[in-house]
Amino acid sequence: MKQSLIYLLLFAAGVILALTGQLPDALLNDDISKWILYGLLFLVGIQIGSGKKILLAVKRFGPAIALIPLATTVGTFAGAGVSSLLLPGRSLIDCLCVGAGFAYYSLSSILISEFRGAELGTVALLANIMREFIVLLLAPWMVRHFGKLAPICAGGATTMDTTLPIITRYSGSDYVVVALFHGMVIDFSVPLWISFFLSL
Amino acid sequence: MLNIFLVILSGVATGYTVRKVPFVKHAGSVITLVIALLLFFMGVSVGTNDQVLATFSTIGIEALIITIGGTSGTLLCAWLLYSTLFKKGGEKS
Repeated sequence: MKQSLIYLLLFAAGVILALTGQLPDALLNDDISKWILYGLLFLVGIQIGSGKKILLAVKRFGPAIALIPLATTVGTFAGAGVSSLLLPGRSLIDCLCVGAGFAYYSLSSILISEFRGAELGTVALLANIMREFIVLLLAPWMVRHFGKLAPICAGGATTMDTTLPIITRYSGSDYVVVALFHGMVIDFSVPLWISFFLSL
Repeated sequence: MLNIFLVILSGVATGYTVRKVPFVKHAGSVITLVIALLLFFMGVSVGTNDQVLATFSTIGIEALIITIGGTSGTLLCAWLLYSTLFKKGGEKS
């Protein structure tokens, strides 16, 4: 939570400083953030390549555990696809891009805003923050009506950090490793899905 | 967008090669810092974009609709998976 708050404050600080015109022109150059973004993606790659925790979780729980992030992905894309029908101003691909953030609002909004403009980037930021908050608020309701996997799938990429405590509480400690595995897989899939949809 | 794939893939290859170097343990903290920096830049580009500022409430409603859609779809899939595979096998209660 603390980290989310710091991220939001920095975003707000950027908006306010830009509105008050206090920024030197050098900071308004889009090229800087593009290069930093490539550096970030490289680091994300390093994290994926150097980690071996995913394989350990699969060994422990068997192949069925892989169906959980699959259910998350299929459900989110189907739902985001349907919502594009309600939004005449947004294309199917735009909605899938936003959905592919899987509540990882920082990375998804940065990527989308760099390659599709700040408008869709802001949609992604708000949509994925909302997703995290929905899980934090409604986890007990989700478990009651949709079973113990529901808050894990709904939590998307956040089930390894911000939503883990609430999942542990309502789905039970048996599901902690499942949530960690799920969060890691979805987390790593976010930049891949978004760059895939952006390339269409 | 091919660039993004190539950058991530070269990161994965590098990460795999240097996975035993102690520094890679800190990749997560560096990522947090870089994300914070980029969100600041994103705030700047939103603040200098009159179109985004003028349509902020519409953007909020669009975001809400996409989130409700995506989360509902996910909940249905989670329920299907849970009731077919997980409830009987792993469930104790």
